[in-house]
Amino acid sequence: MNEKAVNIKKEKYIRHIVKRDVISKKKAWFIRLIAVVLSLLVSAVVIVGITKENPLSVYGGIINGAVGTNHRLWTTVREIVVLLLIAVGLVPAFKMRFWNLGAEGQILIGAVASAALMIYGKSIPAPLLLTLIIVCSMLAGMLWGLLPGIFKAIYNTNESLFTLMLNYVAMQIVTFCIVFWENPSGSNSVGIINAATRAGWFPRAFGNEYFMNIVIVVVITVAISVYMRYSKQGYEIAVVGESQNTARYAGIDVKKVMIRTMMISSAICGLAGAVIVSGASHTISTSTAGGRGFTAIIVAWMANMNPLGMLLVSTFLVFMQQGSIQIASQYGLNENASDIITGILIFFLIGCEFFIHYRIEKTKMEEM
Amino acid sequence: MKRKFLSIALALTTALTLCACQSSDNKADSNKTEGTKTEGLTAQNVKIGVIYIGDENEGYTAAHMAGIDEMQKELGVTDAQVIEKTLIPEDESCTDAAEDLADQGCNIIFATSFGHESYLMQVAAKYPDIQFCHATGYQAASSGLSNFHNYFDNIYEARYVSGVVAGLKLNEMIAKGSITKDQAKVGYVGAFPYAEVISGFTSFFLGVQSQCPTATMEVQYTNSWANMTAEGEVATQLIADGCVLISQHADTTGAPTACENAGVPCVGYNVDMTSVAPKSALTSATNNWGVYYKYAVDSVIKGTQMPTDWTAGYNQKAVAITALNEETVPADAKDKVAEVEKQLADGSLHVFDTSKFKVGGKSLEEKIAEDKDYAKYSDYVKDGYFHESEIASAPAFDIIIDNITAKAQ
Repeated sequence: MNEKAVNIKKEKYIRHIVKRDVISKKKAWFIRLIAVVLSLLVSAVVIVGITKENPLSVYGGIINGAVGTNHRLWTTVREIVVLLLIAVGLVPAFKMRFWNLGAEGQILIGAVASAALMIYGKSIPAPLLLTLIIVCSMLAGMLWGLLPGIFKAIYNTNESLFTLMLNYVAMQIVTFCIVFWENPSGSNSVGIINAATRAGWFPRAFGNEYFMNIVIVVVITVAISVYMRYSKQGYEIAVVGESQNTARYAGIDVKKVMIRTMMISSAICGLAGAVIVSGASHTISTSTAGGRGFTAIIVAWMANMNPLGMLLVSTFLVFMQQGSIQIASQYGLNENASDIITGILIFFLIGCEFFIHYRIEKTKMEEM
Repeated sequence: MKRKFLSIALALTTALTLCACQSSDNKADSNKTEGTKTEGLTAQNVKIGVIYIGDENEGYTAAHMAGIDEMQKELGVTDAQVIEKTLIPEDESCTDAAEDLADQGCNIIFATSFGHESYLMQVAAKYPDIQFCHATGYQAASSGLSNFHNYFDNIYEARYVSGVVAGLKLNEMIAKGSITKDQAKVGYVGAFPYAEVISGFTSFFLGVQSQCPTATMEVQYTNSWANMTAEGEVATQLIADGCVLISQHADTTGAPTACENAGVPCVGYNVDMTSVAPKSALTSATNNWGVYYKYAVDSVIKGTQMPTDWTAGYNQKAVAITALNEETVPADAKDKVAEVEKQLADGSLHVFDTSKFKVGGKSLEEKIAEDKDYAKYSDYVKDGYFHESEIASAPAFDIIIDNITAKAQ
């Protein structure tokens, strides 16, 4: 009798996954916060499991590794602004529902342009050289984005595949350039370019190595936010993203918008290449982009393309990444351990998007 | 219009930062003195940073790690005093790693891979009170920095000895009739086509030739320090080309694994290969990096100036070969190895004896006198031998001698 009652009770409800119509911003950010907390807990469990250390000292190590010293703080800031810049670059394309997965390649091509100018343009006066580096890297990135943009606009090719494949072409171009630029020869590495003269390096300002990087990223971020929100072109992008037919009906030249937007998007990614090469690493290798072109996709999506949100997400990701590098060396773990931690974070961050877009509903059996 | 705004803003910021940089340069210079002072250092408070290209799973790095452990044991340095960073690629990550180690108060920082050099040098210029030591590099002398040093073991001596073992093996195969004298062809899996590798395979080959005069060698490159698949493929290809014995200058067990499958004897590098090739590994040439690490850390503690270039070979037991594999090596190898090692240690035998090899049918001395391209070697050649690793610690011998064919991939 009792057993039966339980059975009936069990059968009364059934769980569904239902797409949410709308979700309040508050609720969405609350779900993201839960994901962040969970990811921190799970990564702590993993680290504590390996190191058998007190979890609090593990978190202490992460904070120490990310901002513990002046140098670490600035390394973290440097990485945050680069990631933010790439994410900002992706926004116009994504708003238009143009899936630019080619940021990685656009960064590399921008990086090649700026490295080439540093190597061959040593004698150009510094202000001109820096302007050239910025302009040329943007042009190079733009070219790399223009190709899939035009093909999409005219032939309706699949932009995801096109941009993704161009990443590998860019990678090969970098490998090819390293053959000519390698220093010392035989090392298969370009080394620090112009270490003595610092030609083509972003100059220090206010005693800070990365001042110019920060200024560039702030300017671009503000400019793109204004462009997307208040300009006519920004509105056109949103309309094309919602429905190309509506856009056409409203008299918008969809092809033009598509090509123009992709040029803006990829030019910013190319500029990120210059920021990395001239502003931070002062070298070029196949790891110059280092997967940031893909991480930025997560950043843009997670933050719903909100600039402040993107700053938050990239800060969180970079903070944890830098922190876990410290954890790895502090506890004598392999450097791969820090990749595992980053992997856990990204898993939860992507996973929570599911709960933002869908909810699990209980329905009574009778209602079915 | 917005694009215009953007470009104006960019131009403005460029101009702004350019103006600002003038005043900040002085500040940066005054920062240069920050870092740790070397006074009052003991084995109990010295702090050591190490940047590795790989991790404990890779032979070259494992050898360096063993050297650091040995130094710690001999000097009484605890694990807490040593900060190790593994898997640091040869790019800007090396700068970040070195800066961070300096930041954490290290008194001496080691980096282990050839491509780390320019990044480490940049950080060394910033922290004049910290000693920076780079393995296998060559720029310390020309850098003008008193705190930047290169170190390298005379690994070519150990390669020569391992070549002697290989030569004896070839003789045994000839005596048994499994190959003829003319078939004594050795294969060599090289990493990159530059001096360190060329010096390495030449010394190995001279060791082989000292025992088996009819030997020849074919070299193929993988263009990577550690690529298991490529090393295995190159070894297989060399065997298909008629090589009856394989050696390597690359960091994985790819070649010995291929040799074990093909039943071809092989000579390894860095680590004992008998675990992956019990029936074919003869021995391996190894570095004993502990000798240098002990010397360098001790110098920092005592505050003595280290030379810009440091090398040592059998004379300080800084190089060796791993235990001979009794399954595979000929019976007379042990005595012969002991004899050659003793001669190398006391300096009565020189690996690059110019009477023992020819370049284009001529001796190296003749080549230097006749050929403009060889004039650069005149500083190295005197008293009848090429003075390898004496002017700088990194190998300089990059001549392809007769009976060796090397082709780039």
